[in-house]
Amino acid sequence: MIRTIVLTVENRPGALARITGLFSARGINIESLTVARTDDPTLSHMTIVVDLDDAALEKLLKLLDRLVDVVTVTAVNPRNAVERELLLLKVRHEPGQKLELLKEAEIFRARVVDVSSQSYVLELTGDEEKLEAFIRVFEKYGIVELVRSGKVAMARG
Amino acid sequence: MRMKGTEIFIECLRREGVSVVFGHPGGAILPIYDRLYDAEIRHILMRHEQAAAHAADGYARASGRVGVAMATSGPGATNLVTGIASAFMDSVPMVIFTGQVPSTLIGTDAFQEADVVGITRPCTKHNYLVLRTEELARTIREAFYLARTGRPGPVLVDLPKDIQLSECEFVYPEEVRLRGYRPILDGDPEAIRQAVVAILEAKRPVIYAGGGVIASEGAVELQRLAEMARVPVATTLMGLGGFPTEHPLSLAMLGMHGSWYANMAVSRCDLLIAIGVRFDDRVTGKLAAFAPEARKIHIDIDPAEINKNVRVDIPIVGDVRRVLSVLNAELEARLREFRTMTWEAERRAWLEQIAEWKRAYPFCYDFDERVIKPQWVIEEIARITQGEAILTTDVGQHQMWAAQYYRFKHPRTWITSGGLGAMGFGLPAAIGAWFARPDRPIIAICGDGSFQMTMQELAVVAEHRIPLKIVIINNAYLGMVRQWQEIFYNGRYSASDLRVSPDYAKIAEAYGLRGYTVRRPEELTDLFEQELLASEPVLFDVHVAAEENVYPMVPPGAAITEMIVGPMASKRMAHSKASMG
Ligand SMILES: Cc1ncc(C[n+]2csc(CCOP(=O)(O)OP(=O)(O)O)c2C)c(N)n1
Ligand SMILES: [Mg+2]
Repeated sequence: MIRTIVLTVENRPGALARITGLFSARGINIESLTVARTDDPTLSHMTIVVDLDDAALEKLLKLLDRLVDVVTVTAVNPRNAVERELLLLKVRHEPGQKLELLKEAEIFRARVVDVSSQSYVLELTGDEEKLEAFIRVFEKYGIVELVRSGKVAMARG
Repeated sequence: MRMKGTEIFIECLRREGVSVVFGHPGGAILPIYDRLYDAEIRHILMRHEQAAAHAADGYARASGRVGVAMATSGPGATNLVTGIASAFMDSVPMVIFTGQVPSTLIGTDAFQEADVVGITRPCTKHNYLVLRTEELARTIREAFYLARTGRPGPVLVDLPKDIQLSECEFVYPEEVRLRGYRPILDGDPEAIRQAVVAILEAKRPVIYAGGGVIASEGAVELQRLAEMARVPVATTLMGLGGFPTEHPLSLAMLGMHGSWYANMAVSRCDLLIAIGVRFDDRVTGKLAAFAPEARKIHIDIDPAEINKNVRVDIPIVGDVRRVLSVLNAELEARLREFRTMTWEAERRAWLEQIAEWKRAYPFCYDFDERVIKPQWVIEEIARITQGEAILTTDVGQHQMWAAQYYRFKHPRTWITSGGLGAMGFGLPAAIGAWFARPDRPIIAICGDGSFQMTMQELAVVAEHRIPLKIVIINNAYLGMVRQWQEIFYNGRYSASDLRVSPDYAKIAEAYGLRGYTVRRPEELTDLFEQELLASEPVLFDVHVAAEENVYPMVPPGAAITEMIVGPMASKRMAHSKASMG
């Protein structure tokens, strides 16, 4: 089952390695991981997405919590959390398709952030479903390159 | 006051109450060694860094204080790793200092550079690379605090040479503030109340006690619990000494080479009270068959141990001694209402059943007049020392026989590499233990294979005239490997033969120590009577029956009731005498 784990950790060298080491030592693959500092420069916020069952998740959370560098750790319930991901998509624009392409981007509220003679770079923020749908729609134009930021998450309320 | 890194180092160690450190010098840590030259702190020069870590471990376990080891960068640090990993597995409080190349050279493949914080990250409780002298004092303070509090463990501090040499204003951090580290010491009172009721309602309770009892100084409370509630106690390898072997309620050790009766009792109990343990595979065997009929209480300081291998009904996170003292008070208060005639009768029936198991299969072996049996060597040591010695061991058959046949009386008298099982642990750990407890007889029970991994430390014994007794259980085999090959690999003794070995007595002599070779049973008793409690170091090379096996034995992956008991002995051993009270 896909899970999202949210952590606040000490913003110092080695903290990330300590955390990812717990996963790699147990053969758990990380689906996505984002880290950046918070409003407090000594703390980082981390969002990790993994595919785990309940029992494995419970064990992992305790191991994460045991790390001295980890200040808080929770598995967020998607229903009580806001989850967002950023997508950058470079897509070819053949002469006859430009208008249609831009219209479809508009529907998703994607923004054009770069224009060249052969391609556009589109930027889109949203949850997983929205990003997937967007990619499906734009496949037909010919995707040159695609980058996803990995998910960030925050509990509601 | 402005101070150099090295002065801050010494001052911080002094404030932590460190009086002895075990180490080996080298280029990157020379500034600190220069300070140690005339400091009050004693430095013991071990002959290999692995031994320095094991010695710090032995010191910590014998005393309950934080052990300190140090080494230079690169090879010095990598040599420490086995000792650090062993301490980590057994939750031993240690602080390890390593020299590092100057911070300006880090990452350049400089001479004797190794990424030591990277290498030791998975086998330390925490580790630090100090990059500013201003952070040195706080880091050392935190390292000691982390090592000894919560679930204890080794903490490593990597010290680049330039950090040792530069100066800064010294401010001692009185307080430690770690927002990500909050050990839970007191158990949840509601869970403790539930546990008390469960203990009083159980008809067939068993206590399964481990290293947490020793680490928390909880042995007295454990005994009180067992006696008040009349519950038999099985200990793990790490828990030996936490409950007296000769106590009528003792079930000795459980698990792969545990007693038949401990494994039977655990398998039939209706309540398992797990105290300071981690349900290790060497204890549980096949998980599905471990204490299958029992409700389970689990007391442990580490929340990550709860429900790790076995799901429990009443988890209590907290320091074992603290939890037990609250639990005992509650138990005492409620005992009266439960202690009816039926209650008494049920307890008696359970203890009688256990006594019967004890009579049926005590630890036993065939005594032999012509060849020394290894189990008997341990029994002789137990007889002569009366359980008052500190025992350290290597890893293998001799370790298991020591665990089975010694009669433990006190906590912190049994020092063995349990979780990692590192051969070569015995001698250096005994050296460390002596610096902690020079008042007790200290006996290193070594395997002939294991001894060869760290025997260079005899130089340290000679240098300090440490009155250790080194007993080599010499079976001319990597015995435990040979036993597995005999039972599981059709007797194909691949690479387990040690027939070509040195004369250990002569090796002792080469270091200026007394050494004896013993081959006949009648020699052993006389020699032990004379020399085992001598005030000088002595090495005994005891040639024992080569192909003796450790029994009982639970094959790996089997249920712990599926024990191979071995030949039923003609001679019944000490443990059979203890009857259930
Ligand atoms: C460093 C290390 N290497 C290998 C092993 C695997 N091993 C476990 S017991 C054993 C044999 C130990 O032989 P010895 O010290 O003579 O003890 P015995 O079993 O004969 O009493 C070996 C090789 C180990 N535990 N530690
Ligand atoms: Mg041997």
